Amino acid sequence: MSALFPFHGGLKTVRHKIESNQGSILAGPLPRQLTVPLRQHIGAIAKPLVQAGDRVLKGQMIGQADGYISAAVHAPSSGMVTAVESRPVPHPSGLPDACVIIDTDGEERWIERQAVDYRRLHSSEVRGALRNAGVVGLGGAVFPSAVKLNPGGHDKSLDTLILNGAECEPWITCDDRLMRERAAGIVAGLHVMVHLLEPREVLIGIEDDKPDAAAAMTAACAGTGYQVRVVPTRYPSGSVKQLVHLLTGKEIPFDGLPADIGVQCFNVATAHAVHRAIDFGEPVLSRVVTVTGQVAQPGNVEVLLGTPFAALVELCGGYWDGVERLIMGGPMMGFALHDDGVPVTKATNCILAAGAEALPPEQPPMPCIRCGACVEVCPANLLPQQLYWHARAKEFDKAQDYHLFSCIECGCCSTVCPSHIPLVQFYRYAKNEIWAQEKEKQKAELARQRHQARLERLEREQKEREAKLRQKTPPRPVPAAKALEVDQLPIEAAVARARPERGAAPVDEPQPSVAVTADGAERDG
Amino acid sequence: MRFKTATSPHILRETGVGQVMRRVLYAMAPGIAALAWFFGWGVLVNLTLATVVALVAETLMLAARGKPLALHLGDCSAVVTAWLLAAALPSLAPWWLTALGVAFAIVVAKHLYGGLGYNPFNPAMVGYVVLLISFPREMSTWPIPHGVGQAHVLGLPETLEIVFGGAGRLVVDGLTGATPLDVLRTQLGLGLTVTEIRNSPVFGIVSGSGWEWAALGFLAGGLWLVYIRAADWRIPAGMLGGLAAIATVFYLVDPQRYAPPWFHVWSGAAIFGAFFIATDPVTASTTPRGRLIYGAGIGVLVYVIRAFGGYPDGVAFAVLLMNIAAPTIDLYTQPRVFGARGR
Repeated sequence: MSALFPFHGGLKTVRHKIESNQGSILAGPLPRQLTVPLRQHIGAIAKPLVQAGDRVLKGQMIGQADGYISAAVHAPSSGMVTAVESRPVPHPSGLPDACVIIDTDGEERWIERQAVDYRRLHSSEVRGALRNAGVVGLGGAVFPSAVKLNPGGHDKSLDTLILNGAECEPWITCDDRLMRERAAGIVAGLHVMVHLLEPREVLIGIEDDKPDAAAAMTAACAGTGYQVRVVPTRYPSGSVKQLVHLLTGKEIPFDGLPADIGVQCFNVATAHAVHRAIDFGEPVLSRVVTVTGQVAQPGNVEVLLGTPFAALVELCGGYWDGVERLIMGGPMMGFALHDDGVPVTKATNCILAAGAEALPPEQPPMPCIRCGACVEVCPANLLPQQLYWHARAKEFDKAQDYHLFSCIECGCCSTVCPSHIPLVQFYRYAKNEIWAQEKEKQKAELARQRHQARLERLEREQKEREAKLRQKTPPRPVPAAKALEVDQLPIEAAVARARPERGAAPVDEPQPSVAVTADGAERDG
Repeated sequence: MRFKTATSPHILRETGVGQVMRRVLYAMAPGIAALAWFFGWGVLVNLTLATVVALVAETLMLAARGKPLALHLGDCSAVVTAWLLAAALPSLAPWWLTALGVAFAIVVAKHLYGGLGYNPFNPAMVGYVVLLISFPREMSTWPIPHGVGQAHVLGLPETLEIVFGGAGRLVVDGLTGATPLDVLRTQLGLGLTVTEIRNSPVFGIVSGSGWEWAALGFLAGGLWLVYIRAADWRIPAGMLGGLAAIATVFYLVDPQRYAPPWFHVWSGAAIFGAFFIATDPVTASTTPRGRLIYGAGIGVLVYVIRAFGGYPDGVAFAVLLMNIAAPTIDLYTQPRVFGARGR
């Protein structure tokens, strides 16, 4: 047993694992209609490859990865595409997003599947295969795995590859069951990752409330050199930053990536998806989802992506009375949904039908008494009370001085606040305001540049006209069509001049800081 | 099916400002019981009177500020202020002294300075200092503790008569005397040595007779507060550590002119102040390192006031002085954020 490096703060939370982790993973329903969002990952939305009326096979690519940070999307079952349109998706914003609607035919006819001989192929081809199989982080952050499996971008060689089986959020047990039942598959996927990244050591972190999962993983790792590390049950040990610290003692820089300190971290379910994609040629079509809380038969289900939540709840016996909130993810970081008609996506690790006894009674917030309970539990070692103070006063500069963007929104501070202040909500608000301000600034800068360019163009044209007037020569007779061309020339020239400018300052490019946060934030729920 | 939404986290600990404040009240019980044993019914009369005045003042101020009454009265913060002040007042203080101090603490030092969570100074200590400066005679008239040669033990009716009827009888009956720290101070001024002074019957095993048992009671309650994490250990540790450190230095320099560190730590309001007054989170430093510094600052100031200042004890002044420094301490003691480069 090697030493662990406990992180600051964190919480012992209620567990509620036993409700759903007793039975084995059930097969999900085959709904008559699947709603498959084209954006189930961090990065650019996939480009649709199908349209209404197309027949699709199970596993057929229906959305193509668009750019480096993107992932493909596939038909989870065979059938007919009836629409490609905006539909409600499970997202905190509640906004609809582009989806491919497939009416299933019930035949489950597969595309031709082909295993990838990853040991023979060039690593870029293996990553390409994973990208085309739509493999993303299944812990909840859904960052394209192929990007993280590229060691080329970093000068530093990889010291440690970490597999995250901590599953620290209460209620969620999908990784627990997956490790117990499919440890061999997870380790097979791990072999692929190890082949691509060549780490010095491989550590698998599992919280000590999952002894069966740890035993299964230890057995599956026998003879591989991969080490299972049982870590104390303490939320948020499944957050990448905390798990890396716990296992290696290294801190991921707050403005950096795990790779900067020679570490890379994947969820156990992601490793399993890699295994299916490489060893069987199966893209990501389904995932294990914990359905728990106020449902008749809580458990874990392997669900086709695009299956409506309602169908899944029905499979688990339906709701008990008194469901107050429907939460996707865990109670600490998950978000509440308006409606159970939304589809399961690659990010859906848990559906929690929370009843009154699981939720706190609504309490009016009191003033902050600066007791510091939040400081004690903050795993990022922030001063949450100061962040709150400045966020509330809209002093966003000061909030950034207090490292607002190091906040991982784990919710520990809000949970322990005796004044019942929704602290995390204030931090999200402040972050959004800062992002909005930065976008505004960029827009203003772009407008300024455009205005400047226009003034210069007008001036230039004026000078050209004057020059023309000075050296006025008798007009030559030209055909009408030719005259038109001559007239168009300056326009084309102007267009050509404008193009590189636009290319140099793209408006819609995602902010690097956003991408960094997204990558660093992968956690198990 | 449609559901109501809310933002994460969706679970909360069962805690509340009221719970925190009530725990402080429970923790004061042993110390107050010891005070009542040694200084008579007056302690409890003070406490009751202070509580009533505090609740009335709090209600009026909340109403004037348009705050929901039930929610804020339920937080018990006014009662805590009342008890802290009452425990610090002489046990046979006239009723108007207690009422005035508590009213000033709640109306001015708490609400006019911003209300719960916003007041920069510890309200109980502001009330105490106002009384100490305005009514020095009444504030230094402490009864002689039980068992140290009192003329007779006062019953409840007599106590009420003195508190509400006038303090004239006290002096006549020889019921009052100087506090141990007062004795130490005046006699050092007369050129006596610490050893000589310590022979006076006002001194007990470690510090003042009677007083030392109250200190023990407050220590027990305070340690419980720390154990259940209702108070941060750093503030009392810093304060008592700071006081002991500077007292040790002077004691080593001249043990006949300066009382030993254990005497200082166990005397006056040091223990009570360390666990119950300095730990008021609203007015204290909030960073972990800052709380140690804040506490140590109070400890050092208490010693400086006791040994070189114009008052026998200095907890109230020391706390108020460090209250002003708390924001600055916070600014310079921010913890190293997870993942910050360089250590």
